[in-house]
Amino acid sequence: MKNIRIIPRLDIKGPNLVKGIHLEGLRVLGKPESFAKYYYQAGADELIYMDVVASLYGRNSLLPIIEKTAKEVFIPLTVGGGLRTINDINAVLRAGADKVSINTAAVKNPEFIRKAARKFGSSTIVVSIEAIKQPDGRYLAFTDNGREHTGLDVFEWAKRVFELGAGEILLTSVDKEGTGLGYDIELTQRVAESVTIPVIACGGGGRLEHIRQIIVDGKADAVAISSMIHYDVIANHSLEGDFSEEGNTEYLKSEQTFSRVTPVYLQDIKEFLTNNGVACRFPVGCEVFNG
Amino acid sequence: MVNQTTPKISIVDYGMGNILNVKRACAAAGMDSGVTSHKSEILESDALILPGVGAFGDAMYMLQKMDLIPVLIDFINSGKPLLGICLGMQLLMSMSFEFGEHKGLNIIPGSVVIFDKLRDKSGRNLKVPQVQWNNIYRFKNQTSQDPWKGTILEGIKDYEYMYFVHSFYIIPDDFSVCVSQTRYGNIEFCSGLQYNNIFACQFHPEKSGSAGLMIFCNFKKKVMQNLKERSNSFVRKT
Repeated sequence: MKNIRIIPRLDIKGPNLVKGIHLEGLRVLGKPESFAKYYYQAGADELIYMDVVASLYGRNSLLPIIEKTAKEVFIPLTVGGGLRTINDINAVLRAGADKVSINTAAVKNPEFIRKAARKFGSSTIVVSIEAIKQPDGRYLAFTDNGREHTGLDVFEWAKRVFELGAGEILLTSVDKEGTGLGYDIELTQRVAESVTIPVIACGGGGRLEHIRQIIVDGKADAVAISSMIHYDVIANHSLEGDFSEEGNTEYLKSEQTFSRVTPVYLQDIKEFLTNNGVACRFPVGCEVFNG
Repeated sequence: MVNQTTPKISIVDYGMGNILNVKRACAAAGMDSGVTSHKSEILESDALILPGVGAFGDAMYMLQKMDLIPVLIDFINSGKPLLGICLGMQLLMSMSFEFGEHKGLNIIPGSVVIFDKLRDKSGRNLKVPQVQWNNIYRFKNQTSQDPWKGTILEGIKDYEYMYFVHSFYIIPDDFSVCVSQTRYGNIEFCSGLQYNNIFACQFHPEKSGSAGLMIFCNFKKKVMQNLKERSNSFVRKT
């Protein structure tokens, strides 16, 4: 039995945790390190930090956030966004990341994947693929949060990054991202079945059933979750440090926009999955389910 | 000095993988540690941690290039505690079949082999590397005494989840060194071992949440105990 990993994805802009729709229209939700610690304690299997504006402006303000997080959070942390050189990767790993996610740099120079995998080990290198479905049904890879066209076919690119030594693929459906309409099952299943490395499905989760579907039908090895759990934190829990003043969270109450996303507590996701035949890990202090 | 109360714990840096998170986990368990690749510092340490991510052949090459192989063997022969993590566990074996055939440190007789033709119960191929949280458990045919008592797994419950990232696993010649087992698909392998004062695990305790941190706490106990024993023998001699 394989245990499916549930991975909170935290999009970061400057010092803040943000969330957008289709990776655009970002809103501030709070402090990423507070959310990270909370998810760690709630039983998250890993975390992803994605600097969503770094590529655009060519800057990276993540290091202090990573350092704070690494002192308190003892699960794997993947960091991505604007990492272009071996030195960039080194800096992020030294700050406390366990893996890095690369996209633009890999597209511009695929040999960068091989170089990075050789230097840091395949398991450290996650290649992020942002997919947009075309009117003709093809899936093309994009960079810079779905803004920059690469002309690469997603499935060919996925095989290529696997051959170049990527350890995992973070596969985001830009079409579904932030919509709460469900993950892209066709996309995920085709990529997951074409490579032997794990595929993390990302983008579109709005309900518990979506998560089950992307694992069972989409063959995802791991699922990245953001809106559902972030909204639950904002609606139902208070974190250390008051972020309500910085956080533009009022919009969450606008039922109209977000009615498609059901806020859910992280452990409830795992309980739901376990009850529906999907194996996952329960942290210390919880009942152990095993097959 | 052997009568110090703060043990000198060194994490061996041989250029393979991110070791600072091992240092952070030590700190969380109340252990001050240093990162080093100096021979004298390694030999003067009260305990060593041998981490590592990457390929076996590359790791042995680096250790050889840095002339650390005899140093590590000397340290281990001194009886002071060593904790091997992931690749650091595999390096302790006699040889590995990772992309060819490579000699290991040969501390523990046995070999390192790849996950081959892995299938789950339904016959579906399993992915390699194994990247997931998986269960560690005790040997079934044990006596009434808890086999984890007195090991670095003391206090951890059966089937606890630990974080694994690996394509290879160890097969010791003598399975009595194994303290924990783990199953991936149709393969059951040794995920934790203890041999004299050598402790090692295939998973990453530094990334396995509070259960993982408990291993660092247990290791600290081992280090303090060893320090006390050595200190006593020192006092008796003088």
